[in-house]
Amino acid sequence: MKPAEFTYHRPRTVTDALGLLATLGDDVKLLAGGQSLGPMMNLRVARPSHVIDINDLSDLDSVNVHLDRIEIGSLVRHHRLATDPQIAATCPILSAAAASIGHYAIRQRGTIGGSMAHADPAAQLPLIAVLLDAGIRIGSRNGSRTVDAQSFFVSSLVTDLAEDELITSIEFPVFSGQSGWGIEVFAQRQGDFAIVSVAATVERSAAGVVKSLRLALGGTGVVPIRLTDAELAAVGRAPDHALTEEISSIAAAAVTADDDARIPVAYRRELAATLTGRVFAAALQRAEGASVR
Amino acid sequence: MSDSVRITLSVNGSGHVVDVTPRRLLSDVLREDLGLTGTHVGCEHGVCGACTILIDGRPARACITFAIQMERHEVTTIEAVARDDVYSPLQQAMHEEHGLQCGFCTPGIIMTFEAYLRDNPDPSETDIRDVLSGNLCRCTGYQGIVAAVVKAAADLRRRP
Repeated sequence: MKPAEFTYHRPRTVTDALGLLATLGDDVKLLAGGQSLGPMMNLRVARPSHVIDINDLSDLDSVNVHLDRIEIGSLVRHHRLATDPQIAATCPILSAAAASIGHYAIRQRGTIGGSMAHADPAAQLPLIAVLLDAGIRIGSRNGSRTVDAQSFFVSSLVTDLAEDELITSIEFPVFSGQSGWGIEVFAQRQGDFAIVSVAATVERSAAGVVKSLRLALGGTGVVPIRLTDAELAAVGRAPDHALTEEISSIAAAAVTADDDARIPVAYRRELAATLTGRVFAAALQRAEGASVR
Repeated sequence: MSDSVRITLSVNGSGHVVDVTPRRLLSDVLREDLGLTGTHVGCEHGVCGACTILIDGRPARACITFAIQMERHEVTTIEAVARDDVYSPLQQAMHEEHGLQCGFCTPGIIMTFEAYLRDNPDPSETDIRDVLSGNLCRCTGYQGIVAAVVKAAADLRRRP
């Protein structure tokens, strides 16, 4: 229950961190909040030769709201995501998702960049990134690039990030005045990783029909996924019981996890359907509230 | 490959020079090198909350923090909570409301809520239970702890 030996590095600037990543080889871990890496090293699931502590890179700890997007530095911690008024005003589902992560002490340390790079299939922030087509901004000594969230998450705990790269920020779209949202994270104990999580955003037209739907499912496969069949099926339809049933059954059918020791897949499918109905209803209600204002 | 490094740890307002290898956990250095055994070690992977301390005033798990990370940060442990042998309002309320039996989880709970109540002076019982979900207690059934936090919050709100 003690970590293996490693060499510790604590760069003061992003440039220095990228220089270390470019020269230290492939047996390196970046340490941000450490709320997943710490346990993994204690349990010796991870035993990197080098640890680069990036907590001094204050350039990565910023939130910038632009006209149509909000750019969140990779070192921004979950507690700030959950409580920052400008994030709540521009991307409220992100605040709600962050507030549901782990526990209070964990949220004080855990970072959005760390959550993306760790890529747990049941984690909330990757789910929201996929839901909103977030852009993952990545730096290396050779320059920078942006990857869309769906391409970034490759498999369970596997991302598109190369060995010499560092996530610098994540860009989310700013919510329009017509958007409603909902998120449901189901776990048997408060703070556990979700057995199933579902998130949605909805826009309604003046006539009350669904103008657009985004729907994403987490914890049910190797990466969070978008339910594009359900999204397309909803457009132009009245948000009635039949539509809710239809998108819920699409969600249930999209579950790819196998039975495991604790959770049969049938249970996950039922949860996916139930939670889809709940997030759709919540998103519709918020969309209605938004259009009245 | 990883020699000892001499660092200065600022704990409860005093500086301590210690030699640590990078893999040493903050919880172990507090207990073994500084003799501050009030920080308890339970699960040692961040789940149980017994080792919760404050880093720059914010709660954190000492068992998944490397001591070497804490240079230029301020660590606060349970030893700093009572002032001049007088319990803090939260400690007093834990005593009065039977918020502990064996006491193993207690330091982590106190540290978590000392910080939480500073930011959230008037929490609902639901809020308190949400935060308390990060600290496991196997004795009390939590009811006394919730009552203690409610009482401490009310007490703190009455103070200037």
